Amino acid sequence: MSVLVFAETSEGKFKKSAFEVTSYGKKVAEQLGTNVVVLTINANDASLLYTYGAEKVLNVSNENLKFNAKVYSNIIKQASEKENSTVIVIDSNTNGLYIAPMVAVNLKAGYASNVVAIPNSVSPFTVKRKAFSSKAFNLIEINTTIKVLSLSKNSFGLIENKVEGTTEVFSPSIAESGIQSIKIEQTSGKVTIADADIVVSGGRGLKGPENWGMIEELATVLGAATACSKPVSDLGWRPHSEHVGQTGKPVASNLYIAIGISGAIQHLAGINSSKVKVVINTDAEAPFFKAADYGIVGDAFEVVPKLVEKLKEFKANNA
Amino acid sequence: MKILVCISHVPDTTSKINFTENDSKFDSNGVQFVINPYDEFALTRAMWFKEKQGATVTVVTVGNATTEPTLRKALAIGADDAIRVNAEAIDGFMVAKELSDVVKNGGFNLVLAGKESIDYNGGMVPGMLASFLDYNFVNACVGLEIEGNKATISREIDGGKEILSADLPLIIAGQKGLVEEKDLRIPNMRGIMMARQKKLEVVESKFNEAASKSVSFEKPTAKSACKLVDNVDELIGLLHNEAKVI
Repeated sequence: MSVLVFAETSEGKFKKSAFEVTSYGKKVAEQLGTNVVVLTINANDASLLYTYGAEKVLNVSNENLKFNAKVYSNIIKQASEKENSTVIVIDSNTNGLYIAPMVAVNLKAGYASNVVAIPNSVSPFTVKRKAFSSKAFNLIEINTTIKVLSLSKNSFGLIENKVEGTTEVFSPSIAESGIQSIKIEQTSGKVTIADADIVVSGGRGLKGPENWGMIEELATVLGAATACSKPVSDLGWRPHSEHVGQTGKPVASNLYIAIGISGAIQHLAGINSSKVKVVINTDAEAPFFKAADYGIVGDAFEVVPKLVEKLKEFKANNA
Repeated sequence: MKILVCISHVPDTTSKINFTENDSKFDSNGVQFVINPYDEFALTRAMWFKEKQGATVTVVTVGNATTEPTLRKALAIGADDAIRVNAEAIDGFMVAKELSDVVKNGGFNLVLAGKESIDYNGGMVPGMLASFLDYNFVNACVGLEIEGNKATISREIDGGKEILSADLPLIIAGQKGLVEEKDLRIPNMRGIMMARQKKLEVVESKFNEAASKSVSFEKPTAKSACKLVDNVDELIGLLHNEAKVI
């Protein structure tokens, strides 16, 4: 028996979520009285996972191997069979959410997505997940021998738990896939909304695309990603890739700063997984104030430049 | 091209979320149900294939008779016919299994669905369906073109998109980008009248085989009130010392 964690790499490097799923997998393994095995593909330095409790790492080293959902889900299946895994943990980035249901069917396993905590009980196996666009939690019972869990981003955190791990080279067979990747279009050089610890978001209150300079400046000072509300992307002020909210991108950052966004329920549904929310709005009655932790009632055109200036001072003093 | 669009019948976004029977069931009392917003993108793209490329469009849901008005709405938007698998959906595994039978029997070569439903947010039915059928599958799809038997698909990745190609049969889990929000359609009176005449077939559940079940629900603990601050120095202080996020 074991807990298998799939820790994804991007150009050989681990993202923070890889360490989060490893931390989580280690805790679940302790709960089940078993070991955690972490599977990774083309990692430059698999030993980084030892810090988060990975006793054993399986590293697939194959330069020709690029992400393909069918191929990857099949590799996870092979690893889980080799390690006799009963729980498989995958993260909630776009690739993880793509492969997890496929892994589940391949292993005849029940699957819980958006998981926010270690299992409530292991027999029966029950686990808490987010539902209703984060407006509720749902406890579910999985009744198959193997369970697949995808961990909601930033819901468990990183837990350092340094172990003397070992890394084994794993050479699975590569499945045939009917899907070919033609090209990848990456927005270069910018912090992505999915990865960002801080997201700075602007709404219609900013009056026009020409006023985004201060939003970008604020994001730069904070090392944050920029985002926007739905009306802003519908009006073409900002690209659709920045739209956050129910039908846009979900945000689960540590800090979300909403500027000139009223806080429609569809917007809040997409961002309420963020830990700390700040709102800056002229209208004290804006619904966002009910959802936020901190707020400034004021004009963005006055508040934001001041905030940028003071944050620069703060960063200089705390560097 | 024979297209099947999977429709989830979900509470409207603005609904109050409450639970009943000892927090074991969603309280649908007074709740307006709609086509799952992600499925609407899929349905709208299907209508485009119908109008421009002569595809037929069937909509399907797994649920009891209360889901039929939602299927009728999809018919009013322009789908040709509808299928309801008569079963209480227990989990995504079971729904996907039921749908796999519908796809096989109907000879559909393109299945479009939303990437997740806004109620359970499982995000698993399309991927599981593809795995049961061993069909090509693309998740988080933001663009789809089809010529003959060949599909060109864009999918969202963290920080960009990936362009893929695949042959039909194909299963797509879509989101905004598949069509834009402004292209979504509201049924008109003629569509609503026509929908009444369209075929809505009820098929009985065959599997009833779930891998998981819902035990209970809880609502997040009420958050403390927003702290209003007067100036940015105070805000920076709170974010640094209290919230510890900068």
